[in-house]
Amino acid sequence: MSRAKTLQSLFKRYRRPGDLVFAWFILALSVFLLTQIFQQTDFKNSGKLVAQPRFWPAVSLIGMTGFAALHLFGSALSERIEGRWKEVLLWGSAFEYAGWFIAYAMSVPIIGYLPATLIVAVALTLRAGFRSRTAFISAASAALFIVLLFKTFLQVKLPSGQIYEALPDGLRQIMLNYF
Amino acid sequence: MENLIAGAVMLARWDVLVALLVGSIGGVIIGAIPGVGAAVAIAILLPATFSLDPIVGLTMLLGIYGSSMYGGAIPAVLINTPGTAVNALTSYDGYPMTQRGEATRAVSLAYSASFWGGIFGILCLILLSPVLALIAPMFGSREIFLAAVLGIILVILAHRGQIFAAGMLAMFGIFLQTVGLDPVTYTHRYTFGFSFLTSGIDLIVVVLGLFALSQSFFLLTAPNSSPDAKPVTGRLTAGFKEVFKHKRVATVASGLGVVLGMIPGTGEFTAQFMSYTYAQKTSKNPDDFGKGSPEGLIASEAANNAVPPAAMIPLLALGIPGEALTAMMLSVFYVHNVIPGPQLFQNNIDLVYGLYLALILLNIIVVAFLLVSTNLMTKVIRIPTRFLGVMILILALVGVYSLRNSLTDCMIASGFGVLGLVLKRLNLPIVPIILGMVLGGIMEVKLRSAMPRLKTPLDMIDRPISFIIFVMIVLVLTLHIRTLIKEYRAHQKDEDHDIHETQQG
Repeated sequence: MSRAKTLQSLFKRYRRPGDLVFAWFILALSVFLLTQIFQQTDFKNSGKLVAQPRFWPAVSLIGMTGFAALHLFGSALSERIEGRWKEVLLWGSAFEYAGWFIAYAMSVPIIGYLPATLIVAVALTLRAGFRSRTAFISAASAALFIVLLFKTFLQVKLPSGQIYEALPDGLRQIMLNYF
Repeated sequence: MENLIAGAVMLARWDVLVALLVGSIGGVIIGAIPGVGAAVAIAILLPATFSLDPIVGLTMLLGIYGSSMYGGAIPAVLINTPGTAVNALTSYDGYPMTQRGEATRAVSLAYSASFWGGIFGILCLILLSPVLALIAPMFGSREIFLAAVLGIILVILAHRGQIFAAGMLAMFGIFLQTVGLDPVTYTHRYTFGFSFLTSGIDLIVVVLGLFALSQSFFLLTAPNSSPDAKPVTGRLTAGFKEVFKHKRVATVASGLGVVLGMIPGTGEFTAQFMSYTYAQKTSKNPDDFGKGSPEGLIASEAANNAVPPAAMIPLLALGIPGEALTAMMLSVFYVHNVIPGPQLFQNNIDLVYGLYLALILLNIIVVAFLLVSTNLMTKVIRIPTRFLGVMILILALVGVYSLRNSLTDCMIASGFGVLGLVLKRLNLPIVPIILGMVLGGIMEVKLRSAMPRLKTPLDMIDRPISFIIFVMIVLVLTLHIRTLIKEYRAHQKDEDHDIHETQQG
């Protein structure tokens, strides 16, 4: 076995459906960003070229556009793999979970880290298709463990819930500081 | 010697030892779960370590980094699914051994070879330190700039078969770090009038999006699976004797791991591949490779475990990370105002030796832990993948939100999470974006600070080290073009296929 052959076989390009869509998207993005370079960056009359604020955005975007064009070229010339739009729809479905994440982040300063984490863990476990009692108990226990580890023990800086203000004096302070 | 003692004193604290223990054992568990990996764990824990002492935070992250590959070998051997990407070649010979009823032998060999590689790597690092301390001060702005350029080129070229995509993503990373206020002229760059973009795009937010959130989205959008790993029975210490019988393969593989680990951008996979090829070519039974050869397993595991200590060399000596995990660690140094680079070897050599000793301890802890708890790990492997997705999403919030309690950061991280998912689905690399961001920042700062001393472009390479790096850049590019021509002449059809070769059958 020649070395070149071994190298080839171990580093074969393994494309997936949707490659062409991504190649077009990234080329369009880089061309758009490059067209904005005069509006979005400055050029100072004094100073060397490499010290200009525009220099590195220009280098990176020209490079990105060049590579994106070559990548698109490679994808367009490759054999088509079935299932392109099905794959794109799957990418789109990730936005639902991004929405879950943002909603979770938004709820923490309102209802507090512990209740928000418990609710999201159980609800997302349900959304992920689990229906057994074991799954829900595991999700709630793991959520509780995460809160105890990060907020109670490691004192990671997370906002306290507004809802805690309504609690009685002694409990309020504990909840505000540790949960 | 006194530096080594100072390093040991630095480690002799209960909080450092707890961090090391948590990091090492946590790393093994995380490595053993297919679909999590050290990058996800380090990304999540990164902001949590900012409030700790530098040595505590770094030993914890180092623990995860160094031990995840030990854990990753378990599912690679038992269920043909590497726990971490770098254990891919381990499954090549490990799984056939499991199929013929030699699971215990395979797991034991993987641990022993990993230990050999890990310790070899650290010893090389300790022996090289005096040389590094001597050479590192010779690196000025232009040398570090050229080393960063070499790093970017190597990162792109290391992604063979995906060079255009890797180049495009590395350039995207360089672009991302330019967004915000220019640090010298205070002019806006690509802020589009949004005030939240003025302070730039935070590396940690991008890292969490690309590694943690994308993995969560990836698992949640894919069908659920719960791999069934059978428990192993018998003595797990037998592998040490067998590795000693193959000490030549183990040592050469570890050596290749050290050399390739030091070179930015090449990393574990290239080291594994080179060692595997070497082991096959020099073996008395080359036909057994891929069918359950102990030598193949040893070569693969020894090589990838020698990489983490070696990868610390460019990070500590020059402040240049070679891959995503060391790039993340760089941010811990920066947060604590410990700037890796030539100065670190002059002013904080005790920290450097402390980290070396932590690496030795970590290898001992991990092997001791695995010898008694491998069967517990086989249970961990069975956690359903979609449930893991839920947990990663919850953990990712700790990382992103605790950074500066910003909802905008969460939205940006979500955006990068979706991008990361697309890249993972397409089998395109994520690492070039992160290294582009880090090395791009280094290139911009170092080129600017080198400028006042340069009258002509040739002054850039008029010092010995800068000239050597320049020659290396030219050599790397020339060799790449030569390989391309060679491969074109030996043209093979059907290059594209859906699954990576190491994952087939």
